[in-house]
Amino acid sequence: MEKFEKLTAIVAPIDRPNVDTDAIIPKQFLKSIKRTGFGPNLFDEWRYLDHGEPGMDNSKRKLNPEFVLNQSRYKDAKILLARDNFGCGSSREHAPWALQDYGFRAIIAPSYADIFFNNSFKNGILLIILDAAIVDRLFKAVTAQVGYQLTIDLAANMIKTPEGETISFEVDEFRKHRLLNGLDDIGLTLQQTDDIKAYEVRRRQEAPWLFS
Amino acid sequence: MAGRTLYDKIWDAHVVRDNGDGTALIYIDRHLVHEVTSPQAFEGLRLAGRKPWRVDVNLATPDHNVPTTDRSKGIADPVSRTQVETLDQNCREFGITEFKMEDLRQGIVHVIGPEQGATLPGMTVVCGDSHTSTHGAFGALAFGIGTSEVEHVLATQCLVQKKSRSMLIRVDRKAGPSVTAKDIVLAIIGKIGTAGGTGYAVEFAGEAIRDLSIEGRMTLCNMAIEAGARAGMVAADQKTIDYVRGRPYAPKDMHWAMAEGAWRDLVSDADAKFDAVVTLDATTFVPQVTWGTSPEMVVAVGARVPDPARESDPVKRDGMQKALDYMGLKANTPITSIAVDKVFIGSCTNSRIEDLRAAAVAIKGGKVASTVKLAMVVPGSGLVKQQAEQEGLDKIFLEAGFEWRDPGCSMCLAMNADRLEPGERCASTSNRNFEGRQGQGGRTHLVSPAMAAAAAIAGHFIDIGKLG
Ligand code: SF4
Repeated sequence: MEKFEKLTAIVAPIDRPNVDTDAIIPKQFLKSIKRTGFGPNLFDEWRYLDHGEPGMDNSKRKLNPEFVLNQSRYKDAKILLARDNFGCGSSREHAPWALQDYGFRAIIAPSYADIFFNNSFKNGILLIILDAAIVDRLFKAVTAQVGYQLTIDLAANMIKTPEGETISFEVDEFRKHRLLNGLDDIGLTLQQTDDIKAYEVRRRQEAPWLFS
Repeated sequence: MAGRTLYDKIWDAHVVRDNGDGTALIYIDRHLVHEVTSPQAFEGLRLAGRKPWRVDVNLATPDHNVPTTDRSKGIADPVSRTQVETLDQNCREFGITEFKMEDLRQGIVHVIGPEQGATLPGMTVVCGDSHTSTHGAFGALAFGIGTSEVEHVLATQCLVQKKSRSMLIRVDRKAGPSVTAKDIVLAIIGKIGTAGGTGYAVEFAGEAIRDLSIEGRMTLCNMAIEAGARAGMVAADQKTIDYVRGRPYAPKDMHWAMAEGAWRDLVSDADAKFDAVVTLDATTFVPQVTWGTSPEMVVAVGARVPDPARESDPVKRDGMQKALDYMGLKANTPITSIAVDKVFIGSCTNSRIEDLRAAAVAIKGGKVASTVKLAMVVPGSGLVKQQAEQEGLDKIFLEAGFEWRDPGCSMCLAMNADRLEPGERCASTSNRNFEGRQGQGGRTHLVSPAMAAAAAIAGHFIDIGKLG
């Protein structure tokens, strides 16, 4: 998993509440045997004018010029600004996979769906919860200024705006540790390699038939 | 010190590290792999540049998507084909043993593990599949996991788990001769409900359970998950040891002697405390048939379809009515007057040699009724199929008008071409009667192999207990 320390990036606003996982990645793409490559189909129904199916050449499809991510000013966005209950719906990990594959590393919103919240951290995306009033202020600032960037300093629990304002946020210590060190679940367990090896040595004595 | 349950003993023997917060890092002895839940796990390994911790404990086979007829033609459906091909590639790349579609040893993952002796008493066994509980029949701790856990096991040989509470389900006294393991487990689910075991690791015990063969115990543990329990288990005994002896993956020589000694301790201590205890009397059990869309919607074959009007709980009443509507049944209809369109004998619940023998016996030289559109037997593995053919069972099925297919999950979940059409009614030996499980709009009645075969011949359910 990629480490998350400090990030300065363009912010893209998705200005609607209850964005569900089907909107993030429509279900026809879930049949895939992969966990990468979902980026071009992120927000597929909003992003394109035609109906998307797996296997289509997305570069040939007609884009919806109205949709935020299709506007050139948000081209390199790595931070997503969203409204309440972002990520509601299914428990599949395809939604964070798609966001990550597209290039998003952090999301700012007043609230998230529970499972999506967990799945996103597991996949290295930082989810920041801010007061609805602050989020509202950020929406206004982002739309008012082309090229609006935020700096997120995870170690300091701090967001810096271009105006020089600092906004603090909270994040669970365990999750923060994981992100700062780029540790996924497997990475965490592999920190206990010595314990696993010691167990195997002991167990091989007790039950050698499990090791032949 | 208070005695320990079988579950405690297996758990304790596998704790790599206690995290002190109710979770522990648990060592996994056996990992079974199939094509549906593994591709993203292998991709995750590749992306992170990781390798399997131990290749030797993994055993893979394609089962959900494989065709059950004419395999030489390959797999027609592109999504199914891709999944099977991806499994082949991943196993080749990571050096994992795979019984491929053309291999005689291929079959349903929960049939081949025990058949190969890859499932052993006292082991922790996992697979990206909820019916992994099957392997608990050997006195093992076996449970299903999700795809990210599949990746975790591959990479670390461990899982972070929270210990479950323990439940003892004791079935006392002897079951009648027409009562099979399937009837016992359906009756248990009918009693405790599909959420009855939620949060528990269940141990089945008592005379009626001890009397079951190992294959019967597999049928029982297979459906522990339908009672809400992630793991079901039966203590190891002489039958378990005899069943395992001599199988390809079983311990040999000196190791065998050691293992056998250790396995004799795989029982709950007499003074062990369970968090919950359910006791049932096997003499009250009779052959079972489900009438609804959940395994707990089950009655005796001699009974009638329940009447929602007699249910006082409005939520339950509504659920019953919805199930009846979906199943196209009227309240108070005798179960024995329900006619079936298709019969499916197979799945990880009931596709082993003893199941096929029981079905063949129930045919009794009869012919599949003309009103039955399709009756099929899908053995659980290539080796089961071979064994059945050596015993001449295939001839009994074919002469009676059954189709004799190649091994796989088949009509249990209709991921391949075998499925019900909307409105079709099926007597099925599988484990789930959910809406659409065997095909969109399909209606499933869960039964034992003997009942399924008898229904194929009669064209409707019959009280096999009464026939004697
Ligand atoms: S036979 Fe059915 S229940 Fe068993 S593994 Fe296959 S699909 Fe799942």
